[in-house]
Amino acid sequence: MKAFLNTVLAIFWKDLLAERRTREILGTMLVFALTVILVFVFAFDLSVDMRSKAAPGVIWVTLCFAGTISLNRSMSLEKDREGFDGLLLAPVDRTAIYFGKALVNWVFMLITAVIVVPVYALFNNINLFSTGFASVILLGTLGYILTGTLLSALSLQLRTRDMLLPVLLFPVVIPLLLSVVRASTILLQGGIQGELSTWLLLLVGYDLLFAAVGLLVFDKIIEE
Amino acid sequence: MLKAINLTKSFGNRKVLRGFSITVEPGEIVTLIGVNGAGKTTLLRILSGITSAEIGQVQFNNIPSRDDPSFYRRQIGVVLHAPMLYGNLSARENLRFFSRLYQLPHPEERIDELLQMVNLRSRANDMVRVFSRGMQQRLSIARALLHDPACLLLDEPYTGLDQDSSSVFESLILRAVEDKKMVLLATHDLDKACRTSTRIDLLQQGRIAFTQPRFDVSPEELAETYREITGTQPVKHAAGDAG
Repeated sequence: MKAFLNTVLAIFWKDLLAERRTREILGTMLVFALTVILVFVFAFDLSVDMRSKAAPGVIWVTLCFAGTISLNRSMSLEKDREGFDGLLLAPVDRTAIYFGKALVNWVFMLITAVIVVPVYALFNNINLFSTGFASVILLGTLGYILTGTLLSALSLQLRTRDMLLPVLLFPVVIPLLLSVVRASTILLQGGIQGELSTWLLLLVGYDLLFAAVGLLVFDKIIEE
Repeated sequence: MLKAINLTKSFGNRKVLRGFSITVEPGEIVTLIGVNGAGKTTLLRILSGITSAEIGQVQFNNIPSRDDPSFYRRQIGVVLHAPMLYGNLSARENLRFFSRLYQLPHPEERIDELLQMVNLRSRANDMVRVFSRGMQQRLSIARALLHDPACLLLDEPYTGLDQDSSSVFESLILRAVEDKKMVLLATHDLDKACRTSTRIDLLQQGRIAFTQPRFDVSPEELAETYREITGTQPVKHAAGDAG
């Protein structure tokens, strides 16, 4: 277990260090996410009630597309100079590579959320700060990244991987997106607590399912 | 002892390896020669565990690699055509990262020793993306030696190396063999094959078409045999291979 965690953290550290130098992934994600938010803010002249209603959709569309940038770039950097083959040669549990890559992508997506959500709240003069909404963002982004990391590894050997990832990813994350948008709406608009619990349970279940799938199949899908 | 038994591998309809078997004993340097596409790189990728064979198995000291992949990977050091490094990390950071994956007990000492060995000590803190092909190759060799593996798998290791680096690398290989390590090396360079190997195997269409202890064959005889079997002229200095 210690060796597994050591590998996860080594990959996380390596990607963070490279990102600190280039700001290639986070920079692109933030520029994209803030542009989308600003376009939404200035495109519609909405009432306060409508702004609040639109918030979950706008925020999750922004986060998902920004997350796809991270997933694509993070794996593409592994293909540069075939660094990924170097990882495969190491005497480590290969699922630790999956969790290491997922962890760094999740952190990038959370940093984007931490910036995007207050900006949206500020421009629309609505309150988006609650523990419940923060939990939905944590669980939703985690599920999205667990699925995306698995599928980006699957498309790693393909030349068309940048184009293929969204095609593979979006149909698979539909249940997750439904859950996060419905849960966010209930939290921001008020709604039946029982319904909220159902969506949150679905989110937790989705995350656990894809963590388990990654654990079981990552080793197989990265083998040529 | 490294042993590959009956390896078969296809890409689409094209069979690259056809029931290929090879054994490398401790203290041996086996050089694989052959035309592009003969299966040298595929064989080394299977032996390194990056690619799997459809049929057959790889053993280290009679233990199948699939039984304990971590143990197997710890025994091998690999240099392939691509350097397998990270451009946005420095030379030292790259080695530090891989030493964490290999869980080395005293990584900094080992990293210093290897950087000195491949003559990159003065460039240790430079980003790998600014390195020349030869410098990346030298760092790649240091990465392969990091965990002091019992067996070295080398695909065109001389690519991009200048004369001095080439000589340093040759002496590294010879020292490895003195330490009873196993070396399996793929190259197009018949002169180097004759100079350093203990055995030379010629691959043709996924099988060994010719095998000879080095001392029984001169570079001229080897070139002649190469021409007869492959129907092509051997090249003196490798420009890279993706076979």
